[in-house]
Amino acid sequence: MLAVQQATSIPDPLSVPSNAPEHCPGTESDLAGKADACAGCANQEICASGQTKGPDPALPFVRDRMSTVKHKILVLSGKGGVGKSTFTAQLGWAFAADEDSQTGIMDVDICGPSIPTILGIANEQIHSSSSGWSPVYVQDNLGVMSVGFMLPSARDAVMWRGPKKNGLISQFLKDVDWGTLDYLLVDTPPGTSDEHLSIVTYLRESGIDGAVLITTPQEVALQDVRREINFCRKVGIKVLGLVENMSGFVCPNCKGESQIFKPSTGGGRQLAKEMGVEFLGAVPLDPRIGKSADYGVSFLDEYPDSPATTAYLDIIDKIKAQL
Amino acid sequence: MTSTQDTPVARRLQHVKHIIIVLSGKGGVGKSSVSTQLALSLRASSPLARVGILDVDLTGPSIPRMLGLDGHPVHQSSDGWVPVYADGSEARLSCMSVGFLLKKKEDSVVWRGPKKNAMIRQFLGDVRWGTLDYLVIDTPPGTSDEHLSLLEHMAPVHSKLSAVIVTTPQAVALLDAMKCLSFTRAVSLPVLGLIENMSGYVCPCCGEISNVFSTGGGEEMARREGLHFLGSLPVDTELVTLLDAAEPKEQESLSPSDASKDSFALMQRYQRTSTAPLFGKIVAEIFRSLLGEREQ
Repeated sequence: MLAVQQATSIPDPLSVPSNAPEHCPGTESDLAGKADACAGCANQEICASGQTKGPDPALPFVRDRMSTVKHKILVLSGKGGVGKSTFTAQLGWAFAADEDSQTGIMDVDICGPSIPTILGIANEQIHSSSSGWSPVYVQDNLGVMSVGFMLPSARDAVMWRGPKKNGLISQFLKDVDWGTLDYLLVDTPPGTSDEHLSIVTYLRESGIDGAVLITTPQEVALQDVRREINFCRKVGIKVLGLVENMSGFVCPNCKGESQIFKPSTGGGRQLAKEMGVEFLGAVPLDPRIGKSADYGVSFLDEYPDSPATTAYLDIIDKIKAQL
Repeated sequence: MTSTQDTPVARRLQHVKHIIIVLSGKGGVGKSSVSTQLALSLRASSPLARVGILDVDLTGPSIPRMLGLDGHPVHQSSDGWVPVYADGSEARLSCMSVGFLLKKKEDSVVWRGPKKNAMIRQFLGDVRWGTLDYLVIDTPPGTSDEHLSLLEHMAPVHSKLSAVIVTTPQAVALLDAMKCLSFTRAVSLPVLGLIENMSGYVCPCCGEISNVFSTGGGEEMARREGLHFLGSLPVDTELVTLLDAAEPKEQESLSPSDASKDSFALMQRYQRTSTAPLFGKIVAEIFRSLLGEREQ
């Protein structure tokens, strides 16, 4: 019964929720079925009866789907714009460079999906078959799933509250035909909120190998990373290590190095020591990284001689060694 | 109509003239630094201007750090929560953030939507903002719970609302800024204009301008979408350092009156940065936009 699932239709993220009122408190909330918004909802009675507070019915399906995925890695950062998606993409490309391995990238940043652009597949769409939604393939062995593929136009905004984001994430895990994967990389939005809690809950049974944390050197970013490390500890995810991105800038004109984001409190290295996590390395800021992301090409392949490439490869080796 | 006007939020905000929401689709483009600069510049725009800054980035509050207010507690009064004043006794720059409510600064706030919604309602309804000329609201990235909650709770004062969108010049950020613009249109929030941040970096050794995150994309987008382009800001390491380490080291042991001198020092230090005059122009543009809106 678990193995055979109907082909699920791809949801239109812009449509009005078909099954939840706008202010649905979430089926697991104490207010489920009792909040003002629940009046008139078709599922009010079920929610109010308390049945929905049990484990999510999607869990067995997720476990089933994830049983063929060897390693699951989260890419996290407290702060936005520090390079999570760029790093996830590079990591994906680097893993996929080994032709015998299969890699998947799942973008759970529902409100700001950047992965499709960075991988150069922004205009692709998801196809649905009896075995589930097919991921979009960048190359033979690199499949991608993102809400970006479901929007009619890139300018459309997904204005969703938690429960709906939660629903889509569970679908990404149970309805996507990931196949047999060696690595599943999960790119997350900034912060510690619904998306993070959902992904951790859904993957708890199948096990998460660990999380890679990305930061930039300034204290404003580091304070968010401290929160993120605490989050990982609270929910019991192993921290594989910390990457310091945008660390130093080499002027293309005079080759002089300067610090755009000054490590006023010692940067990532100091933080890693303080919090007892491994420091994986520092990637210097290279304007070509951003450009590669905009054009959707692999920075590692395009500019193999950049110091940033060396730094990236070094970090990726360290992550591989830990798995 | 009168019944919808009379929510606690509407009552609290009735003496606030303008509410400016700082948005961006993408994270790390400088929303908080723009919000901070906006608040500082608005405060400096007139000797009597009273400005509030509300940080609704609940899982990653940065405003306290940027204003040098890390670790300040929020006090309760009979008339609601007292915001933290960045300029001490002068009390013309009030600030509220979830960062003030955490016991330890590395505590993480791991909340789902409903709790965030409740917190935002409290920030708007329970904080004693008093009379303000401007309330600047710094938001988290995306278009989700926090944004919807904000708009919902402030629906009774919708006529006072307007938004500023911040982006960086790369395609990836512009894409998200576009989503953010679609959001403002969907909720009929007037947009004062677009700011392009991190546009170019001046090498401190040779003066060469590098476009670390490309350049010009914001202006181009503003033209395409018929938005007011407020201006572009280069990467200013001086400013980054100032906002990053704004915490005055000796402040903890000082009395409140001395602390006020310190915070004022932040303002003076800000006005010495090379970004401050550029931001002054942006604020002038914002005033023009606000005026234009009134007339419409």
